[in-house]
Amino acid sequence: MNFSKWLRVSWPVVPILASLIFTTVLLLGFGANPIESFQAMIEGSFGDRSKTLSVLAFWIPMLLASTGLLVTFTAGLWNIGVEGQIIMGAVAASWVALKVTAPSPLLIGMEILAAMAGGGLWAAIVGVLKTRGRVHEIFGGLALNNLAIILTNYLISGPWQPPEGGTFRGTQPFQEAALLPRFAESRFSPISLVFVIIAFGLVLLSLSGTYWGLKLKALGKNPRSAFFLGVSSERETILAMLFCGALAGIAGAVRVLSWFDSLRQSISGGIGYLALLVVMLAMFRIFWVPIIAFFFSAVLNGSITLQLRTQLHSSLGGILTGVMVLFVLLFGNLNALRRKRTEENVEIVDEQR
Amino acid sequence: MRIELRQIRKSFGPVKANDGIDLIFEGGKIYGLLGENGAGKSTLMKILSGYQPPDSGEILLDSHSKSFKSPADALKNGIGMVYQDPHDFPPFTILDNYLLGKDTGLVLDFKDARKELTELASRYGFEVDLGAIIDNLSLGERQQLELIRLLAGGAQLLILDEPTTGISAEQKVLLFESIHRLAKEEGKTLILVSHKLDEVQELCDYVFILRRGQLVGESEIPCQTSSLVEMMFGQVPSRSERSSFILGEPAVQLKNLKISTYRLTIEDINLTIQSGEVFGFAGLEGSGQKLVLQACAGILHPEAGQMLINGTDTTVWSFHKLQKFGVAYVSAGRIEEGLVGDLSLTEHVILSLPEHKFLVDWKGSRTETQIRIEKYQIVGRPDTMAAELSGGNQQRLLFALLNTPLRLLLLEHPTRGLDVRSADWIWQLLYQRREEGTAIIFMSADLDEIIERSDRIAVFSGGKMSHVVEAHKTSVDECGHLIGGQL
Repeated sequence: MNFSKWLRVSWPVVPILASLIFTTVLLLGFGANPIESFQAMIEGSFGDRSKTLSVLAFWIPMLLASTGLLVTFTAGLWNIGVEGQIIMGAVAASWVALKVTAPSPLLIGMEILAAMAGGGLWAAIVGVLKTRGRVHEIFGGLALNNLAIILTNYLISGPWQPPEGGTFRGTQPFQEAALLPRFAESRFSPISLVFVIIAFGLVLLSLSGTYWGLKLKALGKNPRSAFFLGVSSERETILAMLFCGALAGIAGAVRVLSWFDSLRQSISGGIGYLALLVVMLAMFRIFWVPIIAFFFSAVLNGSITLQLRTQLHSSLGGILTGVMVLFVLLFGNLNALRRKRTEENVEIVDEQR
Repeated sequence: MRIELRQIRKSFGPVKANDGIDLIFEGGKIYGLLGENGAGKSTLMKILSGYQPPDSGEILLDSHSKSFKSPADALKNGIGMVYQDPHDFPPFTILDNYLLGKDTGLVLDFKDARKELTELASRYGFEVDLGAIIDNLSLGERQQLELIRLLAGGAQLLILDEPTTGISAEQKVLLFESIHRLAKEEGKTLILVSHKLDEVQELCDYVFILRRGQLVGESEIPCQTSSLVEMMFGQVPSRSERSSFILGEPAVQLKNLKISTYRLTIEDINLTIQSGEVFGFAGLEGSGQKLVLQACAGILHPEAGQMLINGTDTTVWSFHKLQKFGVAYVSAGRIEEGLVGDLSLTEHVILSLPEHKFLVDWKGSRTETQIRIEKYQIVGRPDTMAAELSGGNQQRLLFALLNTPLRLLLLEHPTRGLDVRSADWIWQLLYQRREEGTAIIFMSADLDEIIERSDRIAVFSGGKMSHVVEAHKTSVDECGHLIGGQL
């Protein structure tokens, strides 16, 4: 079996092992005991029921954003603006939670719809900027991410500040009816699990069973040929962005309505960027996405305990996941790297002779 | 400087672009290098200018054998080439671009460069604003700039690839004057790669003619243009008989169409093509025929004029709207502009069907794909990826994706790269379409194919369209003159 085939079969074991080894070396470098550290991490994520529920509660919004990203990645879009879309979903849900009084189920329904609209519109702006203004979605997305953060800060220190005075930390806690019913004093809400299952099913169906999904696939793989096959890149780009933005919006709603109970500064906690890493680490394969997102959630939650137990900074979890993605991308391109080093430069040949 | 090429050979895959070419260029002369598309002119000149190495053969400069590692290396040896699309840096200023091409060590010497450039420019009557951004220059100005850059680099042999395509009449006069001065007063050698017979007759002292990678003729200038045409295009094989078409309704009407691109402006295109007619666009690559094809498909929108399809004004329609209306376009770039390499045959068929449900009927689509695979004799299965098919099978797949009925079918090089049998089979398919009343317009680099397969022909040269000729009344000779710009 040649090297590249072997790599493809063994994926994702090799990059995960490689990054564990890398992290171990790093821990040894800091004079920490690696086994103890990893133990602390595992206990931190699954040591008792509340910790496990915490892992679940963190996992759900990240998975929502990740499934949405599967749609935009399929269409060949680098939707880095997903972070801002999560924030805008959170803002929209908070707006309903703060301003509307209604029975709980109705209120929650309105919050979710508002969140979908908020995230979706924020994403659609990126789409329109790309198709009409020729602004690359990475730049449009990054700009809108910052705007979303600025808007949140303005709201919590201005119009939505708690009556006892502006704190820069967040709004006052929402009315009880506005919050998602949570499981056993934890931050985990079973309803959000239902949301994510529906979202996952919809994305799976869209991408593998619908004509629309096929159009996105064609667009993502070769936009020029897709055009000749009758696919309108403008329409599909904006629709894909809307879809992803709506799911990211729900993720934002879950953050404010069950992880927290109010709109906070850095409400997303970076789960948008994490979701991008999740999808890349999953190599865009849909069934791997929930597993890898769960793994991320466990590692990141575990590293909080790690810090308490071993005085190592909790960013170790971030290092572990980040390194893992780097290794996946590196191993994916290893053949290209090797080829460049061993072969001579190919001569430049024009099509026209 | 005397330049000698000995037995130059270069292949791209199975294609022999240069098949043992011997040429000698003397100093102080202007040479023309003639040949149709794919004759091997550009390949040969790129070898001479160090852009690519030959597979075998020798380049001798004043009897010393040389091999060039790069264009810069060739320029050190006195050989420079101005490409059709100048290889400059559009966002740079003229001065920066000039300095980049000049190895001056660590520190840039703006002052000297400025002086050099101004001197050279005024010597050849070019006006340059050194601070101008290259992006804002016309093609002619960029060409002048390249010429100056090469001369400053010490070029003794200058190769100009289709230098008059896309430049203004005044720039052309200026260019010809400086070419003349360079050769006659300064003793430099010039090679003009061209297909414009008039210009060659006007400017050159001597011409070489290439065909299919070989040197097939040479001549002192002036000479009979008709003998040049014959050498360029060869003798015509006898034509096979086929049924003449019956005139249908006008399918496409182009009225005073004007299309502009950066390179080329085409004006006053007036053309009516009937349903069931096969219409051929002849001409060298980049003469405007592709632009007209694209305009008919709505890929490129005309600047002025009107286009009717079956009597409906479709001038401003988008490609996708025209597609639904029954206009199909088959591009020459099969896997770039037509097929998606990583999609299966079935997925292509689903995308191409005119009617769609929300959910894909995978089973039904697979069956439909199997039917088409058999009908179009594609070597592949419904789940095969398009990229895995051979070129000929990709072409068949493109035809298998065409819907029925079609009002208008537009084709770029429908049989390029196909063997005779496959090409003939494709044409049988096209004739079936014409029986169904589809109007077919195609462009091809193969003049024989155009004359043999079309009912009527229009020839494009430098953005001008000739009068329409009847295919059964014309000859390769007549078309060759038209291609050479003698409209």
